Amino acid sequence: MIQGIGVTDFFIISTLMFFMGVYGFITRKNLITILIAIELILNAVAINFVIINKYLYPEGLHGQIFSIFIIAVAAAEVAIAIAIVIDFYRTHKSVSVEEGEMMKY
Amino acid sequence: MFYILAAVILIFSFLAVTSRKVMRATVYLLFVLLATAGLYFIIDYNFMAGIQLIVYAGGIVALIVFAVMLTERIGDKIEGPSTMQMILAALVSVIGAGVTISVLLGHNFKQASQDVGQDVSRIGENLLNYGDGGYVLPFEVVSILLLASMIAAIVVAKRKFEN
Repeated sequence: MIQGIGVTDFFIISTLMFFMGVYGFITRKNLITILIAIELILNAVAINFVIINKYLYPEGLHGQIFSIFIIAVAAAEVAIAIAIVIDFYRTHKSVSVEEGEMMKY
Repeated sequence: MFYILAAVILIFSFLAVTSRKVMRATVYLLFVLLATAGLYFIIDYNFMAGIQLIVYAGGIVALIVFAVMLTERIGDKIEGPSTMQMILAALVSVIGAGVTISVLLGHNFKQASQDVGQDVSRIGENLLNYGDGGYVLPFEVVSILLLASMIAAIVVAKRKFEN
């Protein structure tokens, strides 16, 4: 543990990171930048798990193992999302969410 | 050191969601992920930091960079949000962050008194342990998920069109 740095300091950083991700998720119109915002959100959650493991339950490993699963799921999600984005670009010649209205009606 | 990493994380995550150039946003995301790995290093979780560097900073950012290069013209500015949308989103984020931080500051966390040393082999044993508290089932489920997503990505990206 670091001297003078408590668990709350880490939580404040991950909270701010999470809500910046939420802001980006709402305001962005480009599919890839929305994906970047989602990565920020997932990363903030993974930080929380690791910090809780380190500061509150250092004898257990569950926080780290959950973080490993979060990272694995994020990798799978990005692979599929990139495939969908490239397919979307092929059909619409753009990656803007405004173009994707085929399934709307 | 902690404050430098915190400043890097906050500044670059703000830039990653506001930059108008997609490639720059991707590079800012890379800096955020590297600083997160730094956080894991300074709390002595070297294995987590390694995973963060290899999978996130190495794999995911490379995938996003490929997607950017295949779909965007580098240097083109993307369309920004309307002012109304920006204000509303900022309001939602600020209110959410304010509520969460006020709850965090009001809560008294019971920090563990002594620090337990980190042994990486325990993580591996726990992931493959099928006794009490073992994680072998989620481990296998994640491996199936990765295989399925790999096949799905290939199938979706190779789809042919008649028109």
